[in-house]
Amino acid sequence: MSQPNRLKTGGRVDRSRQLTFTFNGQRYQGHPGDTLASALLANGVDIVNRSFKYSRPRGIVAAGAEEPNGIVQLGSTEAGQVPNVRATQQALYQDLSARSTNGWPNVQRDLMGLVGKLGGQFMPPGFYYKTFMAPASMWLTYEKYIRKAAGLGRSPTENDPDIYDHRHQHCDVLVVGAGPAGLSAALAAGRAGARVILVDEQEEMGGSLLSSRESIDDAPATTWVEKVLKELSELEHVTLMPRTTANGYHDHNFVTLHERCTEHLADLAPRAGGRRQVRSRMHRVRAGQVVLASGAHERPLVYAGNDVPGNMLAGAVSTYIRRYGVAPGNRLVLSTSNDDGYRSALDWAEAGREVVAIADARQNPDGELVEQARAKGIQIIAGSAVIEARGDKRVAAAKVAKIDIEGFKVTGPVEELACDTIASSGGFSPVVHLASHTGSRPTWNEELLGFMPSPVKGMTPTGGAHGVYALGQVIADGFKAGSAAGEACGFERQDASLPKVDERREGAAVALYQVPHQKATLRGPKQFVDMQNDVTAAAIELATREGFESIEHVKRYTAMGFGTDQGKLGNINGMAIAARCLGRTIPEVGTTVFRPNYTPVSFGAIVGRHCGELFDPERYTAMHQWHVENGAEFEDVGQWKRPWYFPRTVNGKTETMHEAVARECSAVREKVGILDASTLGKIDIQGPDAREFLGRVYTNKWAKLAPGRVRYGLMCKDDGMVFDDGTTSCLAENHFLMTTSTGGAATVLEWLEIWHQTEWPELDVYFNSVTDHWATMTVTGPEARKLMAELTDIDLDKDSFKFMDWREGKVAGVPARVFRISFTGELAYEINVQANYAMHVWKKLFAHGDKYGLTPYGTETMHVLRAEKGFIIAGQDTDGSVTPEDLGMHWAIGYDKPNSWIGKRALTRPDTKRTDRKQMVGLKPKDPSVVLEEGAQIVFDPNHAIPMPMKGHVTSSYYSPTLQSGFALAVVMGGHQKMGETVYLPMVDGQVHEAEIVSPIFLDPKGERQNV
Amino acid sequence: MQRYSGFGLVKHALSHHENWERQWRNPTPKKSYDVIIVGGGGHGLATAYYLAKEFGVTNVAVIEKGWLGGGNTARNTTIVRSNYLWDESAALYEHAMKLWEGLSQDINYNVMFSQRGVLNVGHTLQDMRDIQRRVNANRLNGIDGEVLDAKGVQALVPIMDCSKNARYPVMGASWQPRAGVARHDAVAWGYARAADALGVDLLQNTEVTGFKIRDGQIYGVHTNRGDIEAKTVGCVTAGNSGVMAKMAGIKLPLESHPLQALVSEPIKPILDTVVMSNHVHGYISQSDKGDLVIGAGIDGYNGYGQRGSYPTVEHTLQAIVEMFPIFSRVRMNRQWGGIVDTCPDACPILSKTKVKGLYFNCGWGTGGFKATPGSGHVFAASLAKGEMHPIAAPFSIDRFNTGALIDEHGAAGVAH
Repeated sequence: MSQPNRLKTGGRVDRSRQLTFTFNGQRYQGHPGDTLASALLANGVDIVNRSFKYSRPRGIVAAGAEEPNGIVQLGSTEAGQVPNVRATQQALYQDLSARSTNGWPNVQRDLMGLVGKLGGQFMPPGFYYKTFMAPASMWLTYEKYIRKAAGLGRSPTENDPDIYDHRHQHCDVLVVGAGPAGLSAALAAGRAGARVILVDEQEEMGGSLLSSRESIDDAPATTWVEKVLKELSELEHVTLMPRTTANGYHDHNFVTLHERCTEHLADLAPRAGGRRQVRSRMHRVRAGQVVLASGAHERPLVYAGNDVPGNMLAGAVSTYIRRYGVAPGNRLVLSTSNDDGYRSALDWAEAGREVVAIADARQNPDGELVEQARAKGIQIIAGSAVIEARGDKRVAAAKVAKIDIEGFKVTGPVEELACDTIASSGGFSPVVHLASHTGSRPTWNEELLGFMPSPVKGMTPTGGAHGVYALGQVIADGFKAGSAAGEACGFERQDASLPKVDERREGAAVALYQVPHQKATLRGPKQFVDMQNDVTAAAIELATREGFESIEHVKRYTAMGFGTDQGKLGNINGMAIAARCLGRTIPEVGTTVFRPNYTPVSFGAIVGRHCGELFDPERYTAMHQWHVENGAEFEDVGQWKRPWYFPRTVNGKTETMHEAVARECSAVREKVGILDASTLGKIDIQGPDAREFLGRVYTNKWAKLAPGRVRYGLMCKDDGMVFDDGTTSCLAENHFLMTTSTGGAATVLEWLEIWHQTEWPELDVYFNSVTDHWATMTVTGPEARKLMAELTDIDLDKDSFKFMDWREGKVAGVPARVFRISFTGELAYEINVQANYAMHVWKKLFAHGDKYGLTPYGTETMHVLRAEKGFIIAGQDTDGSVTPEDLGMHWAIGYDKPNSWIGKRALTRPDTKRTDRKQMVGLKPKDPSVVLEEGAQIVFDPNHAIPMPMKGHVTSSYYSPTLQSGFALAVVMGGHQKMGETVYLPMVDGQVHEAEIVSPIFLDPKGERQNV
Repeated sequence: MQRYSGFGLVKHALSHHENWERQWRNPTPKKSYDVIIVGGGGHGLATAYYLAKEFGVTNVAVIEKGWLGGGNTARNTTIVRSNYLWDESAALYEHAMKLWEGLSQDINYNVMFSQRGVLNVGHTLQDMRDIQRRVNANRLNGIDGEVLDAKGVQALVPIMDCSKNARYPVMGASWQPRAGVARHDAVAWGYARAADALGVDLLQNTEVTGFKIRDGQIYGVHTNRGDIEAKTVGCVTAGNSGVMAKMAGIKLPLESHPLQALVSEPIKPILDTVVMSNHVHGYISQSDKGDLVIGAGIDGYNGYGQRGSYPTVEHTLQAIVEMFPIFSRVRMNRQWGGIVDTCPDACPILSKTKVKGLYFNCGWGTGGFKATPGSGHVFAASLAKGEMHPIAAPFSIDRFNTGALIDEHGAAGVAH
């Protein structure tokens, strides 16, 4: 029969429509409005999973976020797989396909279950710390099998085709939870005019009212829900967000909301209007006030066999009957410590099913619900509890006995009642998780038998989350909280016009967590506390016996609360059991710390659009398209794509990098080359104190740099180590243009700002990144002047436009700044034009450059050319441990500058004054065909045993077509005094290269070529 | 001490596990000890253990304000490796590595040290230069390691996106096969149990509120349970070292930052090695329980709140999904934060102080866990002998005066 447990009437599912879904390959039917869990229960599916450690059969226990067992693998395609979906929170959709995450060969007959049954007693908590130690070499093998047994669902193996979104929002009042308290709070704040966001994690708003027995204004509670939602939806400044979980509560009322946009529709987000919709969206909300109306979780009782399918939370039983029209069994025994649990028995009876008995732990239960149960003729056994559930794959009977809670013992004979369902209620725990995220520790309330949220600035707990449970009071409390929150945001207080709710007389609850058994906890059958992690009461007792007394130790030793439900179901019981074992009170034991997320969120949702091409958007120069069209290979430098080299294809044969670089190098040395240097950082520095500021951040002097002149500058960190370099030009008296390395552009600007803002705020100076504003092209080589002369009105005479001058004029008809600086050692002009004119200028240069042999070159050639000149690249030849003196740049250190500068003090420390520091030198391999490995370590004695004393390393190394030899830059201990000496480089393949220490300037030591 | 073994487990199962002994006592503080260790985390407990075992100093108290192993030992991502660039660091971390190998047997507690290898992935030419330099240095220092190309990385981690389509395509990696992960809590508990068995008093819920110093010599501490005397005090209080030092009138060059980590829900085994990337900026491994354990860099601001900010979580997961696009639909279960004391040169401080008899072991930044046994061992040697152990000596506070820094930023950067 289809859906044997579906009731004929009742519930909020749409019976007019059928949805077909599969579970473990079997086809079933459900209805819109079902969760996967309610549909499984309707179809009489008892076993939804196998447990983690003992492989015990497990069924649905709860109806919400606290469900520990109903963890399934979702998805009918590989790309659409979602691991670990909680069946109680997943809306049913057509063709939904789910599987159990554990169980082999299947969840009904599971071979690992035998291991669990037979071996369970050999697996107490922490057993793995006590064994698998011999022989030591076997651990990885043991671990392989341990790993295989672990894990729940599986990751997809294909990439996610779905997209995710982020949104930033502000509001006056954020109301978390749309049950009676939240609805009423939103109403109060909304009526006052506050911008309200009301979120609820469920498919439908209404919370507990969706399955409530109670009336509001003499009508079903759901009628009131509809009325309130209608009013809220008509308020323009109120945003209703169902299917949205407040997941993390951060400092200053910053709350992350996870909105599931299409997860209730299909595995993969459907398309609408031809466009792929968003699967889920994270909202980053900054709220003026937070009203925490997150309700309360019911606590199950901990008794033997409480994990056998058919054991459920009392409240969940009611929810399945009243909200989903599903009675998850036929014969019910209820075990309760309070009046509230009685609802499930009443609902069960009204659904036409048999209530076998109610075991009430209280001696004299006498509340109104108790009376109602009595009136229905239900047997109530006072002072008793279900001490053990019998059954294997489904509850077969409940063992009920009188118990002495204080004395923690069974006092009467055990009666075995045949049944297929056991509902239990041990009272309620306010959902304090979000409040705890902020760092506030919840406080125990002995009267309410639960932890309450502690104060958080700007947050008001209300309703169940506040320990208020009676419906009339919940609505009133919510209204008050909403009104107060609105008032705190500057809106008027709202007078409550509360609906009529009948007050109900309720008997006091008793504190019952673990139910005593005839046998001692360590000897009796398993009583589960955290079902997902198979943590039993015995495990907690054993942990405390072994000296694990802090609740954090208990948690970590037993794994209690480590599951995907993060202890929502079992933690308070676990703490109570630990307290009993340690002879302490629950507040003395305290809670562990709840952390975000409240419920799990896919990585994709948190990542949002910041993946793929938007992970770290690529930056292109104005000439990028030209480079692409001319066959450039690219290198990632910082965020930029820079041409690495431009291989040519001749007669169908494409040059290797080595060939291309050799050709590009020769072109620059012999004719003229052009480099796109736009990516170098450019910082515009202005202000009366700009010059003074430069003097403080650079090691060298800036006092006398005249407008029109350019100077190389070296920057150190406060430890005296070189951090970046570049040229800075004086544009006008109080106006400079600083250049930085490509990768260092942002960090240098930050560096300047940090020093200006925190150390020297009195200096009147401003910084502005202009990297993107200007495109830079370096025209360099002996023919550079001739080419420039064809395109510019600037006087290029070598005496009027000297090396390290800059001039303003037009190049190819475009206003330009031209700098005579050189990173190649050749005559060079760096043309800067507004970026959007750059392509025109670039192409003009080529139009005129052909006859001079103008050749584009990339970063690799640039590296070779500069290395031949001994010019460093910060970050390649330096690594945060190199001083200017180590680089041989004594000339760039202004020890006698009138003001101090960053790094000066550090450069006078004993260690920075050592003469045997690692110093920058050139290396000439003895075999000119050898190109030393960059990163090769240098030793003086190649025959030394390992560990070998390392004396330096190769920082840059290339083959030079000009020198017809390999050559390298390196740092060597005391290198400046070791010119001509031989060093050794032992390589991984056993070869030992020999090289001679030489000057790092391999070409044109006097700089005549760049000075022409 | 009750010895742990598979046989013992069976024996205890037959007696319903009723006869397991406490793993450590809960002693009453004595009036005085030979040595006091302030801080009952992994490093402090290891120090106490080696003091007792290797140096015969058993009259030792470990004073912990909360629960043993409750600071960064409980919060880290458990990665152990020794492939450091500089000789000083390499010596320290390799010393630790050698102690990790065999630690479970030494302390008779399975710390699940799992040598599943660590990849430090390179994405730029400069990354590869740095990797080559580091691996060459490791090799000449006797530390295992090799340079892999992108194909080699793909072979080890088939699920990683090593294609050219990635924003920063994988160019290669350094690979240290002996590196791996360990069960962090077990390290603290194992050392605690072994130290306790040798007579060390582990004083939990005992907070040091001040130092007793006379004429520049320490002679004890004030605690919330009364004064306790000792002429040698080692302070091992990561995340709080600056505060402790201040009590002794010492200023340390430390900044305390939140460092976050996060885990996914448990999933079936899919990632066997540890993968770290400085450039894309995230690291990941899979625990024996099935969680993907993920971390990245510190939060930018200073603070003592063990939480951290959401944007760091976002950035971290962006990096992970960039490297492992198939994880987009895997779900994040929990995030948390610890407080790390960072030094300007990203290296720890193991040092005497201007107060005679008062030593500090701190400043491990984001990477202290992997050093636990080595740190404990050389610190114990230093406390026992009154002279810093040769491996510890370069990590003296003095280096910030002399300038003899050991800058591991270049090689270690963020990723630990």
